[in-house]
Amino acid sequence: MTTSALRDLVTRHPGRLDKQPFLEVVDLHVQFPTDDGLVKAVDGLSFALDRGRTLGIVGESGSGKSVTSLAIMGLHTRPASEQTRPGAQLSGEIYLDGEELLGKTPEYVRSLRGKRMAMIFQDPLSAMNPYYTIGHQIIEAYRIHNPVNKKVARKHAIDMLGRVGIPEPSRRVDAYPHQFSGGMRQRAMIAMALSCDPDLLMADEPTTALDVTVQAQILDLIRDLQREFNSSVVLITHDLGVVAELADDVLVMYAGRAMEYGSADQLFNRPAHPYTWGLLGSMPRFDRTRERLLAIKGTPPSLINVPSGCPFHPRCEYAARNEGLSAEVRPELIPVEPGHTVACHLSETDREQIWEHEIAPRL
Amino acid sequence: MTAPTQHPEKSSDDQDSELITVEGLIKHFPIRAGIFRRQVGAVQAVDGVNFSVKRGETFSIVGESGCGKSTTARLLTRLLEPTDGKIIFEGRDISHLKDGAMRPLRRDVQMIFQDPYSSLNPRHTVGKIVGAPFRIQGVDPPGGVKKAVQDLLAGVGLNPEHYNRYPHEFSGGQRQRIGIARTLALRPRLIVADEPVSALDVSIQAQIINLLEDLQEEFDLTYVIIAHDLSVVRYVSDRVAVMYLGKIVELADREPLYTAPMHPYTVALMSAVPVPDTRRRQERERILLSGDVPSPISPPPACRFHTRCWKAQEICRTQEPPLVELLPRHRVACHFPENLPDAAAQATAADGELR
Repeated sequence: MTTSALRDLVTRHPGRLDKQPFLEVVDLHVQFPTDDGLVKAVDGLSFALDRGRTLGIVGESGSGKSVTSLAIMGLHTRPASEQTRPGAQLSGEIYLDGEELLGKTPEYVRSLRGKRMAMIFQDPLSAMNPYYTIGHQIIEAYRIHNPVNKKVARKHAIDMLGRVGIPEPSRRVDAYPHQFSGGMRQRAMIAMALSCDPDLLMADEPTTALDVTVQAQILDLIRDLQREFNSSVVLITHDLGVVAELADDVLVMYAGRAMEYGSADQLFNRPAHPYTWGLLGSMPRFDRTRERLLAIKGTPPSLINVPSGCPFHPRCEYAARNEGLSAEVRPELIPVEPGHTVACHLSETDREQIWEHEIAPRL
Repeated sequence: MTAPTQHPEKSSDDQDSELITVEGLIKHFPIRAGIFRRQVGAVQAVDGVNFSVKRGETFSIVGESGCGKSTTARLLTRLLEPTDGKIIFEGRDISHLKDGAMRPLRRDVQMIFQDPYSSLNPRHTVGKIVGAPFRIQGVDPPGGVKKAVQDLLAGVGLNPEHYNRYPHEFSGGQRQRIGIARTLALRPRLIVADEPVSALDVSIQAQIINLLEDLQEEFDLTYVIIAHDLSVVRYVSDRVAVMYLGKIVELADREPLYTAPMHPYTVALMSAVPVPDTRRRQERERILLSGDVPSPISPPPACRFHTRCWKAQEICRTQEPPLVELLPRHRVACHFPENLPDAAAQATAADGELR
């Protein structure tokens, strides 16, 4: 999406007319030079997120969703640093509350992490230091951003652990990560991420490694804490069920690009992109018994040789309908209804016809 | 009043159609400590499981991590030897067969593994991997091994010309297809699949599920599927068993289990599944279980779920509820089941008094 298209989207979204979004990503590119060629992990991605809202980013492995989150957090190794690895090449703009981040020094972005933005990782065991107690790690983060003594910080850590539902927090604060179960560790990491009351919370597959009953507890916890702190949340997941539970808005990514963006209601009830149809069609339903699944043929593309035009066209059932346009011209995100945009060359009548007669009845 | 039988499967199901039956299956992994490696305890991974699988059906076992579902799968394929209990395959007790005696049986019982990256030898070509069952079993397929392997590859949707490639040249979904082709080589009767699609992306997952479905029809296969994803299980299964801490707590046909689950654990499990439907976000009532699953080293006495159950009474702590057929073809191990029709509720209440 070009900047002008984004402005378009912003103006079309009710409530966004007079204020700037809290998080705004404009034409983000993240590329990794490798021996085999340039990996275009994120390729011209733009989106916006308001304060207090939850954006779900959905996509399969290699769609660029995690790379996007690391770019926002400033966690990519930049080529300018003195690393032996070439690292990531980033371009575009990332605005957090009006402040552009990509042009800032790593030290400055680091000072924002924890206080302004925090991240929940998929695997809590590798995101924590096994040598230090849970409490030590929360206290450390809290004291960097708050000028308090250890005693106050410790009390805050115990308080946070209690808030995320860890029993006997005053005892468990001195436990080491390995002494916690998977669900408890995930809670502890959420406590750590929320200890400084961040304005933006990035959650990268926060429940993927967890059992379904624990997942439900964690999703409830994220929802409650978000309401309490009025944080903005970016939820990255491959699980459409989790997105439907938690997200206000949804961004569907494929091969490093945005395919479709809209409210959760629009995406689940009136999806407009053939890839979104494919995702919904591929999904066995828990709440009803489905006839045969509508699988997407083929496999996701290599990010070194991304197909020309629409990256999804080799796997798309409907690419032939627009006389080769999909293979040649990259589709821009265009609005289909207020707040709902799609990057697809299908005509509006075709799209509505296909959804109504071919896809919706078979989901 | 007659007490409900412990093996109600036999009362309501046709015994002749059973392909594999397990009775009182137990697997305890010893925990050893000290210089004499004395046994100080045991992980009670599977602790008294009964079920049977009928020819041509898809039987699924669901549960959370540590419930014993994968151990059950490995016992069925005899990759593990049971501590106690019986596994009867086609009328023959295979519980304690030695490796040599098991080998002919491996033609009939095959396994699909979760991780398509670690279950294929990276140093062997696809042809060698898929052809291995023929070599090991000394089978000479008509037209030769190479042709048979290429037919198998084509059958699972791979290009037969990829015969000489190595596993690393394939994507995750393609590797899972290679594993499935190998599984099918000797035309098995029973395939035990341990989380066959959980490592795959959504779009690839659907391809593999559809493939398994087609193959079942084509080769008249019986599946035992181990999975944690309740949506996948609903889609693929004919019957479903729910396990908790080494025991089956509920076993029923798919529809009744999903529409009217009776064990409180099943009810809680189902209520926790996120549904991809924004319109139903508000109306669903979620039962949040408190705490974690207890350790299988020292599971709670009597009903193992009583520590987390909102309906638990004194009897749940002292008396283990047997897995009984409360409705036709619907077995539940609970003193206070949910979704029970009135007549059946009275029967269990009376039954409870008798006990």
